[in-house]
This record gives sequence, structure tokens and C-alpha cells, in this order.
Amino acid sequence: MNWLKPFKKVVAAGVIGVSAVVTFAHAEELGYPEKEELKFGFIKLTDMAPIAIAYENGYFEDEGLYVTIEAQANWKVLLNGVIDGTLDGAHMLAGQPIAATMGFGTSAHIITPFSMDLNGNGITVSNDIWEQMKPNIPKMADGRPVHPIKADALKPVVEKYKADGKPFNMGMVFPVSTHNYELRYWLAAGGIHPGFYAPHKGDTSGQINADALLSVTPPPQMPATLEAGTIYGYCVGEPWNQQAVFKGIGVPVITDYEIWKDNPEKVFGITAEFAEKYPNTTIRLTRALIRAAKWLDENDNANRPAAVKILSQPNYVGADYEVIANSMTGTFEYEKGDKREVPDFNVFFRYNATYPYYSDAIWYLTQMRRWGQISDDKSDDWYKELAAKVYRPDIYTKAAKSLIAEGLMSASEFPDFASEDGYRAPQTHFIDNIVYDGTKPNDYINKFTIGLKAGDKL
Amino acid sequence: MATTSIINKLSNNYPVAEKVKGVFTELTRLVVVPLIGLLVFLLLWAAAAQNIDTSLGKFPGPAAVLEQFGSLYDEHRRERVKEEAFYERQHQRNADRVAKDPGYQPKIRAYTGKETFLDQIGTSLVTVMSGFLLAAAVAIPLGIAIGLSKTLNSAVNPIIQVFKPVSPLAWLPLVTMVVSALYVSDDPMVSKAYLVSMITVTLCCLWPMVINTSVGVASIDSDLVNVSKVLRLRALTHVRKIVLPASVPMIFTGMRLSLGIAWMVLIAAEMLAQNPGLGKFVWDEFQNGSSNSLARIMAAILVIGFIGFLLDRGMLQIQRLVSWDKTSADR
Repeated sequence: MNWLKPFKKVVAAGVIGVSAVVTFAHAEELGYPEKEELKFGFIKLTDMAPIAIAYENGYFEDEGLYVTIEAQANWKVLLNGVIDGTLDGAHMLAGQPIAATMGFGTSAHIITPFSMDLNGNGITVSNDIWEQMKPNIPKMADGRPVHPIKADALKPVVEKYKADGKPFNMGMVFPVSTHNYELRYWLAAGGIHPGFYAPHKGDTSGQINADALLSVTPPPQMPATLEAGTIYGYCVGEPWNQQAVFKGIGVPVITDYEIWKDNPEKVFGITAEFAEKYPNTTIRLTRALIRAAKWLDENDNANRPAAVKILSQPNYVGADYEVIANSMTGTFEYEKGDKREVPDFNVFFRYNATYPYYSDAIWYLTQMRRWGQISDDKSDDWYKELAAKVYRPDIYTKAAKSLIAEGLMSASEFPDFASEDGYRAPQTHFIDNIVYDGTKPNDYINKFTIGLKAGDKL
Repeated sequence: MATTSIINKLSNNYPVAEKVKGVFTELTRLVVVPLIGLLVFLLLWAAAAQNIDTSLGKFPGPAAVLEQFGSLYDEHRRERVKEEAFYERQHQRNADRVAKDPGYQPKIRAYTGKETFLDQIGTSLVTVMSGFLLAAAVAIPLGIAIGLSKTLNSAVNPIIQVFKPVSPLAWLPLVTMVVSALYVSDDPMVSKAYLVSMITVTLCCLWPMVINTSVGVASIDSDLVNVSKVLRLRALTHVRKIVLPASVPMIFTGMRLSLGIAWMVLIAAEMLAQNPGLGKFVWDEFQNGSSNSLARIMAAILVIGFIGFLLDRGMLQIQRLVSWDKTSADR
């Protein structure tokens, strides 16, 4: 076809000219994706659901994106994949993009245009620890324990282990994971010290002054590690708490919904470089994820059983249908047979769950400061600037507005973009009743009994 | 061989009773005894499985594994149907876009869905064969050179002895980092994961081939070498006409050993590095922890074993075909 070449060039030149005009005329319309073949990573947890649904329901393809989804071994491997470009984006712990951008642990500028879900974690202890905790927990009329169970009930157990000279080991999934901060929050609220980090001295184990020693275990291996007796309890996302109930090896004592009602959980992370190089692709993938999140919560969770069926496929979460359904369909089983209603255990779209609020990022930063991962005092402005560097409501807003313009969604399903400043109103529903106001991070840090305060340095 | 001995016995002039008896004993040895062995194994397996309780339920017995073979195959078929639909949608979408945006060069992208069990088997086989062939391409010339030159042998031997016992898993992190650093391309021909697995396999199955080839070459009958000297063959002709044919049995013994190692290494590498293939399948199922997981892992183990067996038999047949020393194959 060589003889066609000169001809082709002429046509191509003409086309470029025409398309330039067309682009100009429709400056408002969203352009085609610059990169069409993408690979996203995830960890086998139920809250990866928006990615799976966007794929299975064809939302990615609607945007002209051809996405491959791949399970990753652990959070570190996943983050490195995004940084070195083997993954274009991934299901991440909210703390990961923040810590990476700040330079705690692996350093790289990661941003998030989409917050994936609220709640969805639980704290599970082994059967043996549960038996020791049980006498300390008040009972209801029918003999079941009163919820939420506070760490006060665990405190005597930990003290006994300490007196016997035995370490009280617990597992969480990553040093900057929501689980780490939630477990610490719960323990500290009950007077158990979870230990400080001191990165400026090279101590990143987080066990300074600790009553309970926290260490990292990948989520899918939590039940096996608990069963082996290496740890006495853990904080992890679903289905790994319900798995412990099914296997009869442990008892979930509290969900993170009860520690902090509607807390932000996972985010979708991409590199800042990716967002800059492929702006249309970034907006389009955000659009697909927003649609998936909406589908997951639509009509009062009506689609959840279908979602559970997809998640139970071996290439996604892969646990049994019943195990995943236990938490995804509005209930949560604590002790075997003690199944309670927790309709908001997994929230994907309601309460503006997908909007990347600056205040959510700042909460994680305050906890990093509280436990010493940030060694020095920082000004309120520092918190706000860092949050704005990582959380990108601007991209989210563009995606949402284009969905509204195309009639795929309605404006009432989103925050009012004209007046939204990215800070949630002061939040009150914490297990220790301390109020969180994202605009005043330093005030908030000073309210805790256990933890570093303004001026403290290890 | 066994069948020929039956035929031989039939065609000889044994009395009929003797003949029948001979055939019967042969049959017993070849068919009945292995069958009994298999049956006893299945019974023991089923009985043992009944008594092992794991936190994922009972250990899978033969029936559960068979059922999983069925469901793995069904999954494969369903995925193929989805794949067809995927390509159809893609064609449609490309056509729509070309209609709107004539400058667009339509491109067909590979199916983005999951790899089924059968796909994983294919991936593993391709990886192991390419790693093995690459190793052979390096090891055989190197082995010949070492076998021919005593000086080179003493220079290289310590290095070989040190690297030979290294586990593949020790190489893996280095290979991963080096491949990610050096193999940078916007539109890669093959995936990084494939390269990492392949190179790890190559590194591990290089050594038996080098050693066997060099020993084979070094121990050529001195008469043959003398013949070559008398005829004043040039170096290359000497290698081609004398060295290669003479050392073929040893070379193939080395290749057979290497292929066995390659297959074992590959499964481990895939498991650890999460590279596509049977090893990843096993690890994923372990992580899933569903009630079918153990039976699926068992199914994969049977397949891995069976493929390893076929690979070994295949090499053996090739060895028998090309080798003049028919006894070498049975070593």
C-alpha cells in the first residue's frame, strides 16, 4: 500500500485541520481519552467494588477505556506499581497518597480524584481473647453484649499479658492505613497505648511506649495469622472479619462505623504525572467510577446481591458469596449467630461518599501527627496545603458536571459545587465523643489524652 | 518396548497355554497393577481427606477436585463468550468513533477480562519453553567451549559451582528490578511479568546444561579426537562433525534435567512475583479462601504434575530419537 502514502498524508493533514476546528467549537465537551488501555490494581477487599462494577457494567468501556484489573499481593507492591507505571491507578488506602506525597515511607506525588467508600472495616479478636474480654462487657436483656464494645473491656486483658511479660500483638494492614489509625483510635479511647513512631530517629515500627504491639499483615492473610496465634486481634476490611466468624477462629468486636460514623476509607490513587499527561483519561475514569458507586448504592442497596455475586468471582475478592454478602447487604455478624443490622456498614455513594473532601485528608494527617509519623509540629496551613495537593475535588467536579450535562446523573446527587469548600461540617460521631473540625487540625490534636500534642517531640 | 515383548512372545512357538499365561502376566504388570495402585491411592486420599478439617472446610477429596475441574472448564467457556462480546462492542465503538472523528485510527485491543485456568496453563507453558530455549541457546555453546578448553574450564568452573545451587526465589527480586529499569517501552511487545518469569527460569536451568555439555565434550573418546587430528579438521568442522554428535547423549541428559528444574522454578516464581500462570492461580486461590479454594489448588497441583510428567516424557522421546547411545536415556 506504499503508493497510498502521499495520499494518506494529505488526508491526515486535512483531518488534523478539521479536528482542530471541531475541538475549538466544542471546547466544553469532554475530549477522547489520551490513553485508552489502562491497568488498575486492587487488594482483595470488598471495597474495591466500584472498580469491579465499572468494569463489569461496561462503564469504563462507555468512556472508551479498556481496563485490565489485577489483584496485588500487598499495599506496598500496589503503591510501587502505581509509582513505577506498571499500574495506571489503584484502589488505595486513604493514607497512602497522603503519606507518599509527604514523603513518609515511599515518596511520590500521588493524587486522588475519587474517594471510594465510607466505613467497611472491623476489629476482630481471637476466640481466646474474646472469652477473657466477655466478663468486662455489659449485657443486654437477651444476654447479648451491648454494642459498641469499647477497648475498656480489652484493657484488663492487655494488662494481664503485660504483667506476665508476654507481648500483646495485633495486626493491621499498613503503617499509613485507615486500619492502623482506627485500631489506634479505638485502643487509645479505651486507655491502651498503641505506641509511637519516630521516623526522625529511624524508628518506623510504631511500638514506642506501646501496651499493644501493632504490626503489618496483608489483609487476606489476617485470618491465617490469627489462627496461627501470631497475633491476638486485627483491624481489617471485609470480608476478612466475616471470614474469621465463618471459620470460627475469631470474633469481630466493633466496626469502624461505631468508632467514627461514616469515616472515609479507600481512595482511587493515580500519579500527579498521569493526571497531567492524560487529563481526559483522568476525568473519564472518574466518571466511570462515580457511575459504579451510584449503582452500588442505588434504590437502597438493591443492587448489592448482584454486586456480591461479581465480587465472589475468583479474579476479584474470591471469598464465598455468603461471607461477602454478610457485610455488603446491610448486616454484620459479630459473635457467631449474633447478626445485627448495620445498613451503612459499606457506603459507596450516599452522603457524598465519593467526593474527595480536604477534611478527610486532614483527619489522616492529624492521626499521623498524633502517633509521631509526622515528627514535628506543623501549622494549620501546612495541613491544608498538603490536603489540597493530594485530594483533587476539581477533577471530581469536572467529571460530575459532565455526567450531569449528559443527563446520566442529576445535580441533586452531588454536593453543591458552587458553594462547596471541601471541608465537611464539624463531625461529632466518634466513639470518644471528641468533635473533629477539619479547619482546625492543631486544636483537634490537642484534645486527645493519649498521643502527641502541639510542641511534643519524641 | 513392553508391547513389542508381548508380540514377540505371541509370535514365538510357545505352547498356547504358556503364551496365554505370558500375555496375562504382562497385562497384569502393565495395566492391572498400576490401576490397583491408582485405586489404592484414591481410596487413601479420599479417606485421609475425610479426616482433615481445615478452617476452609474439609480437605478436598477426589470427587471435590473432579467437580472443580468441571467448574474451571465451564468458567473458561463462559469467559470465551464474554470475550467475543467484548470484541463486538469494541468494533462497534471504533466504527462509531470513526464516523464522528475521521482522523481516528481504529485499533483493536486485546481482551481485558481475566485469564482462565486454561489460559494460565498456556501462559506457563509458553514461559517455561521460552526460558528453557533461551537457556539452551546460551548453555550448549558455553558448555562446548568449556569442554574443549581446560583453561576456560578452570576459569568458569568456580562461578558455575557458586551459581548452580542458588534458589530461583533469590534471583527474583534482582531480576524484577533490573527488568523494570531496563525494559522501558511505551508499547511493549511482551509484558514485564513474562520477561521476569522467563529470565528467572533461564538463570536456574542454565547450569545443568552447561555442566552436562562440558562433561560430555570433555569425555569424548580420544580415538575420535585423534581421527579429527589426523584428518586436520578445522575447529568448526571438528565441533560439528566430531564433538556435537559424540556428546549428544550427555547434552540431552542435561536438557532433560534442566527442563524439570525449569518447570519447578517457574511455578515458584509465578507464585511469588504474582506473574500470570499456574503459580499465580494457586496463590490467588489461597488468598481467596473460599470453600472451593482447596479443591481448586489440588486440581492445579494435579495439572502441574501431569504437565511436568509430559514435558519429561517429551524430552525423553527426543533424546531417544537423536541419540546414538540408546542407554543414556535410561540414566
